[in-house]
Amino acid sequence: MDALVAQLQMQYRNYTVSLYQQGFLDDQFTELKKLQDDASPDFVAEVLSLFFEDCVKLIGNMARALDQTGTVDFSQVGASVHQLKGSSSSVGAKRVKGLCVTFKEYCEANNYEGCVRCLQQVDIEYKALQTKLQDMFNLEKQIIQAGGKVPQVDIN
Amino acid sequence: MAEVLRPEMLDISNDTSSLASPELLHVLAVDDSIVDRKFIERLLRVSSCKVTVVDSATRALQYLGLDGDNSSVGFQDLKINLIMTDYSMPGMTGYELLKKIKESSAFREIPVVIMSSENILPRIDRCLEEGAEDFLLKPVKLADVKRLRDSLMKAEERVFKNIMHKRELEANDIYSQLKRAKI
Repeated sequence: MDALVAQLQMQYRNYTVSLYQQGFLDDQFTELKKLQDDASPDFVAEVLSLFFEDCVKLIGNMARALDQTGTVDFSQVGASVHQLKGSSSSVGAKRVKGLCVTFKEYCEANNYEGCVRCLQQVDIEYKALQTKLQDMFNLEKQIIQAGGKVPQVDIN
Repeated sequence: MAEVLRPEMLDISNDTSSLASPELLHVLAVDDSIVDRKFIERLLRVSSCKVTVVDSATRALQYLGLDGDNSSVGFQDLKINLIMTDYSMPGMTGYELLKKIKESSAFREIPVVIMSSENILPRIDRCLEEGAEDFLLKPVKLADVKRLRDSLMKAEERVFKNIMHKRELEANDIYSQLKRAKI
């Protein structure tokens, strides 16, 4: 059993590090993990779950605002982008946040094509992160089920 | 007879401390983002604070009894040691909330910290001028909250010590008078 645990832990470490290296996550995600303990073992998963719900809601708002036949209210789009930028920043969703910065600039420039492109990218990106994190959480579960502890991963 | 009035034997009651309970700061957090609310609540709990979270400035005013519908009489037991509010919120902003709190006689002494994702200097200046205790850039870090907590605890300690010192001087004064009167 120990060999399995050790193997899973190494897999977990490598996977987590790769998420940071590939720019999916940043320091703020590390901050989130600091707030998790034995008393609140699901904190990170809970916050991320709220974040992904927020993504669905806000992207829906953006899509509706961009879907107006006639004049698009770019400030309305921008307001939702600002909110998404905020929450992605709070959870360490680095790529999503980066896209929001670009998206916001297109809103301010009233650039319709730019906004539509960003909307598509943001949708792809949050879903990609969701999948990656699900895999990471699954590895955690496997480690625990194998009788081991989830290791602290030092990014630096 | 004079022994009875020795300063150290005077009863020191706890009501001079405005802490919600020993060592526990009660923080009111205001943010319209559900993600940020969850985050700040956990941040504060981990830092040994009692937390009340609301989703708008209007709700914060309702909680404090400043919304005009209730008199503040029923809120005398409400002990808030710190208010942390997001700046950009729909409806009333954190800045407007700050102003309302500083206008109220009941709550103007409570430190108010503004949080914002945008590092806009005129915004920061405006908040500090209006009496904000501090301005934190989001995302807020554990270190920020620890720093805030430590400085607030020190301020409380100083106030408490001043009150104690004053009482001691008064007690010493009475003691000397009685001694002179040879009671």
